[in-house]
Amino acid sequence: MEAQVKADKVVDARGAQCPGPLVELIRAIKEVPVGSIVEVWTQEPRTKEDAKAWCQRSGHEFIGAFPADGYERVLVRKMK
Amino acid sequence: MAKAKVVVLGGGVGGTFVANKLAKHSDKVDVTVVDATGVHHYQPGLLYVPFGWEQPEKLRHDERKLLKPSAQLIKAVVERIEPDKRQLQLLNDGTINYDYLVIATGSCPIPDEIPGLSEGGHHFYTEPAAVSLREALSKFEGGRIVVGIAGFPYKCPPAPIEFTLLLDDWLRQKNLRDKTEIVFVTPLPQAFSIPTVTPLVEELFARKGIKIETFFNTESVDPQNRKVLSLEGMELDYELLILIPPHKGSPVIIASGLGDKGGWVPTDKFTLQVKGQERIFAIGDATDLPVSKSGAAAHFEAPILAQNLLHLIEGKEPIAKYDGSVMCFVEAGEGKATVLRFNYERPPQPPKPSSWWRWLKALMNRFYPVAVPKGIAPDVFLAMLQGKFAEFQPFCGSDLMKGLTQNKNS
Repeated sequence: MEAQVKADKVVDARGAQCPGPLVELIRAIKEVPVGSIVEVWTQEPRTKEDAKAWCQRSGHEFIGAFPADGYERVLVRKMK
Repeated sequence: MAKAKVVVLGGGVGGTFVANKLAKHSDKVDVTVVDATGVHHYQPGLLYVPFGWEQPEKLRHDERKLLKPSAQLIKAVVERIEPDKRQLQLLNDGTINYDYLVIATGSCPIPDEIPGLSEGGHHFYTEPAAVSLREALSKFEGGRIVVGIAGFPYKCPPAPIEFTLLLDDWLRQKNLRDKTEIVFVTPLPQAFSIPTVTPLVEELFARKGIKIETFFNTESVDPQNRKVLSLEGMELDYELLILIPPHKGSPVIIASGLGDKGGWVPTDKFTLQVKGQERIFAIGDATDLPVSKSGAAAHFEAPILAQNLLHLIEGKEPIAKYDGSVMCFVEAGEGKATVLRFNYERPPQPPKPSSWWRWLKALMNRFYPVAVPKGIAPDVFLAMLQGKFAEFQPFCGSDLMKGLTQNKNS
């Protein structure tokens, strides 16, 4: 069900190598208002774990990582 | 057949190297380098300036002397690239026409991207910044130094690591290490962006007592109270702040609408042709290629770009492929270095730091002004050295080798 969550901002980081997708996620979180959901499209397998760890450190909510057609959708909600 | 007019915009490593490659074919092409100053800065040497181990004036080279005689040099500031007219619009109202263009406009550190960083922080990525940091270090008497990466992207990814390890050396030489805490900050979850290199960096930092703060995305700097704040909510006091600012593409790329949101030119990662622009190629930091922004990448791109451009001029397909090769020597402190050699497919496997690699790095720094005009790439240089001078390797820890490589460090 969470895979259907509607993002406020989608960042296409497909093709970018680490740390590209994580950097794009953090950049997007800086730009959106509190409560917004950012979705990053990534083909880097490490992005999910890196994003989860970054959320733990920064206090944002890691909603999940969901498989799509040849990539993963990583969703994070800005909490503060 | 009339000769094709090739204009190379930018006289840095990539522009100079590719111009010299093309200038060898003066029967087919007229090559013109357009550069704002005509002064070529050997940026890798800036790493040593803050410690007084290199003089800035020795890193400046006359671009004319680095270019082959058949390559022309025009000193001019370009305001805009106009692909439809195949011309460069100059700041002083003039224009330069081209048949083919090579964009080699590099990258620019932008401290103003982070509030307070220009006022409160130092870096060493430009000559004035490196000189300013040298002055700040000369007055440093102890306390906490926060050093690291303020944001992505930035050029020469290992340079902040190298600087931190050399800083440790310098503080020990000055008998200040016991009075100093070094904290390395990075937005990444680990000390370095390439996983195969991270264990070596973390081991070196641990051995030298350098603390690492990961997931530290610098949000702002408070120069009055000497604090640096992260997006993650961390606050660090500092006595001296040395942070590499995030970089952007050149203003001319942004003004011409040829870049992405960071000002990087969308470039085919194999042919080095600019996407959607058959007559324009790009090289080095200016591109959006998924490789390090460094001269070490541009060296390897130049021969491929020149080959493809010549093919295009001859009416052939540009079929040569850049494989993402990069090779750079990395300072590891205590007179040692390692080497990173990698490409799109193969990550680097750095050897154990040794004085041998440090010697090669120092030699390459000296050899650079000779190598560029002759178009000698670093891999060729390395092969030459390994083949011809491998017998010196056992003596690299000797006083003779120390004299060659460390004389500036004393």
